[in-house]
Amino acid sequence: MTAAVEFAPWTDPTETPLIRFERVVKRFGDFTAIEPLNLSIYRKEFFALLGPSGCGKTTLMRMLAGFEAPSEGTITIGGRDMAGIPPNKREVNMMFQSYALFPHLSVWDNIAFGLKRGDMSKEEIAARVDDMLRLTRLDRFAKRKPHQISGGQKQRVALARALAKAPKLLLLDEPLGALDKKLRQDTQFELMDIQEKTETTFVIVTHDQEEAMTVASRVAVMDNGKIVQVDTPPKIYETPNSTYVADFIGDVNLLHGRAEIRADGLASLAWAEGATPIKGTAGEGLQGGEASFVIRPEKVTITASKPKDRTNVVKGKILDIAYLGNLSTYHVELPGGQVLKAQTANNRRLSRRDFTWEDEVYLSWTDTAGLVLAR
Amino acid sequence: MNFARRTLIGIPYIWLLLLFLVPFGIIFKISLSDYAVSIPPYTPTLDLAQGWAGLRDFLSQLDFENYIWLSEDDLYWKAYLSSVKIACISTLLTLLVGFPVAYGMAKSAPEWRPMLMMLIILPFWTSFLIRVYAWIGILSNEGFLNQFLLWTGVISDPLQIMNTSTAVYIGIVYTYLPFMILPIYATLERLDGSLLEAAIDLGCSRTKAFWLVTVPLSRAGVIAGCFLVFIPALGEIVIPSLLGGSGTLMIGKVLWEEFFSNRDWPVASAVAIILLLLLVVPIMLFQRNQEKAQEAEG
Ligand SMILES: Nc1ncnc2c1ncn2[C@@H]1O[C@H](COP(=O)(O)OP(=O)(O)OP(=O)(O)O)[C@@H](O)[C@H]1O
Ligand SMILES: [Mg+2]
Repeated sequence: MTAAVEFAPWTDPTETPLIRFERVVKRFGDFTAIEPLNLSIYRKEFFALLGPSGCGKTTLMRMLAGFEAPSEGTITIGGRDMAGIPPNKREVNMMFQSYALFPHLSVWDNIAFGLKRGDMSKEEIAARVDDMLRLTRLDRFAKRKPHQISGGQKQRVALARALAKAPKLLLLDEPLGALDKKLRQDTQFELMDIQEKTETTFVIVTHDQEEAMTVASRVAVMDNGKIVQVDTPPKIYETPNSTYVADFIGDVNLLHGRAEIRADGLASLAWAEGATPIKGTAGEGLQGGEASFVIRPEKVTITASKPKDRTNVVKGKILDIAYLGNLSTYHVELPGGQVLKAQTANNRRLSRRDFTWEDEVYLSWTDTAGLVLAR
Repeated sequence: MNFARRTLIGIPYIWLLLLFLVPFGIIFKISLSDYAVSIPPYTPTLDLAQGWAGLRDFLSQLDFENYIWLSEDDLYWKAYLSSVKIACISTLLTLLVGFPVAYGMAKSAPEWRPMLMMLIILPFWTSFLIRVYAWIGILSNEGFLNQFLLWTGVISDPLQIMNTSTAVYIGIVYTYLPFMILPIYATLERLDGSLLEAAIDLGCSRTKAFWLVTVPLSRAGVIAGCFLVFIPALGEIVIPSLLGGSGTLMIGKVLWEEFFSNRDWPVASAVAIILLLLLVVPIMLFQRNQEKAQEAEG
C-alpha cells in the first residue's frame, strides 16, 4: 500500500489544511456533544472518523455541512470562516447515511438535481451526469426510480449525486452501513478509486474499524465528544496512544501492573506476584507507575517447549481455540487467571494441529512487540 | 381456497351488492318509470302474481323518457355545470386553506401533534346541521361577522353574504376541511427530513427545497384530499339549501326539490343516476392515484 511518493501533508508544516476545527464545542441544551476540539484535515485526504455510537461523529459532520452551528470555536474550510454560511452556500456535499434519494425522481434526475441549481447549461449537465453514471457504473439504471434499484445501487446513486457538483469536500456518513460484507469490501475499494480519480477530500464516518483502516489516509478515533488519537492506520494499529484506542482498533491483549522505565529506553511491567516483569516499548508520556501492557495476539508466539532466546515468556494452559479458517486464535489462561490470546497462521493441515485443549504451552514475544501505556 | 377464506373475501362483495348495487338497481328502475299520482308515485310496478306475462308487461312500459327530459330542460344541465364549478372552486379553496394547516401540523413538535389532530377532528362531535345553522348566525346581515365589522367601523352597511355563493363556499370549505387536512398531513408527516437536508445540501434554498421536494412528495395526499372534498361537494345539498338561498343552483338541491316538493320520483332518480355517472370518473381517477401511491411506497 505504499505509494511512490508518500502522501502525508500533515507532516509538512508549510501545508495549510483544508479544514480546521479550532476549539470547537457543540452543546445540545445542557448536553455537551463535542468537547473543545482541534482538528486539521488536508486536501485530497481520505479522513475517517471512528468511534462508538453516540460519540459525536455525525454531529461533527453536520457542523461541516452547515446543518448545525458550533456553540463555540470556529470551523474554517479553505481558509474561510464558515460561521453563518448556510449549507447551500458551501462547497461541501454530504452523502447521507440513509442515502436520502428523492423518491419521485429518476436516478438520472437525482444526480442532476444539484447541477440544475447552478448555472450550467443543459448540455453540460447532461454530460456531467453521464460522466457520473459511468464512474459509478450506473449507466443501465439511469431511468429507474430509487425504489426500483438495489441497496448497493442506491448507495452508488447517492455517491454520484454528491460527487456530481465536484465539491471541495465530500462527507460520507456511514455510507456502507447497509451493505453486506462482500459488497461492502468491493465498495470500499471503489470509493478509494473514485477518491483518487476525482482528487476530492473525503471525510468518512464509520464505526467499523476495519473499514476505517482500509480506506483512510488518516483515522481519528473519538470517544465521548473528544478525539483521542489522529494518525495513519498503521500507526493507530501499531502505536495506539491509550488502551482505549488499542482496545477499539483490532484485537488486543491487556495486562495491568506497575511500570518502570529501564535504562535501555524500554519499559518493564511488574504484572504478577513473583513473575518476571515483562518488557515492551514505552508508550508516549509514560512516567512509570500504574500502567497497562498491550500486545496484539498475532505478535504472541505459542510453543510447546520453553523458548530459549526470548526474555518475555509466560506459561499457561489452553482454554479455548477459535478456528477462523486462515487463522487460529488460542486463548491461554495464565496461573494468575489472566487470559492471553495468541494467533497463528494456519499453514498446516487441521489434522496436524500442534495444540489442543488443556495443553500446557509457553507464550512469548520480543522486547519491542508490546507497548506499555500509562493508565 | 377453503371455505373460511372464501367467506372472508366474499363479505366485502356482499356488502357492495347489498348497499350499493341493489339500491342502484332500484333507483335506475325508477328513473325509467313514469310519474303517477299514486303510492308509490310512479308506474309501472312489478306485479309478480301475473308471472312472466306481468314481467314482460312491466318491462315494456320502461323507457328513457326522463333522461330525454333532462337533456331538453336547460335547468338541469345548468345545475350540473354550476355544481361542478362550485365543487371545483371550493376544492381549490379547501386546498389553499388545508395545505398550510397540514404543513404546520407536520412541522410542529411531535408532542403537540395528537392535540392538533384532535382539534381538527373535534367539530365532528357536533351535528353537521347544527354547525351549518351556526354559520347562519355568523354570516347573516345581523350576524356576528357583520356586527363585528360594523362595530370596528370597517363597513357602514352590513355585507350581504348569506344566500350568496360566497356563503356556500365558506360552508363547504369549513365542512370538508378535515378531509383535506388529514391525508395531506399523513403524507407530510411521513416525509423524511433528510430529503430536505439533501436538497439544501445540493444547493437549494429552503423555499426551493419546499417546491422541489415537499410539494411533489405530498402529491398523493393532495390528490386524495381533493377527491375527498370534490366528490361529496358535487352532490352537496344541505349547505346550498341553508346558506346559498334561491340564488345558488346546485344539482343536489334540484334533486331534493324534484323528490320532495314535486314528488316526481322518476325524474329525481334520473338526476341521481346522471350525478352518479359524473362521479364515477373522479372516483376511478382517485382509485388510480391511491394505487400508484401505494406502488411508489412499496
Ligand atoms: N439534535 C440533538 N439534540 C440533542 N442531542 C443530540 C442531538 N443530536 C445529537 N445529539 C446527541 O449528541 C451525541 C452525539 O450524537 P451523534 O449523532 O453525533 O453520534 P454518532 O457518533 O454519529 O453516533 P452513531 O454512530 O450512533 O451514529 C449523542 O449522545 C446524541 O444523543
Ligand atoms: Mg451517526
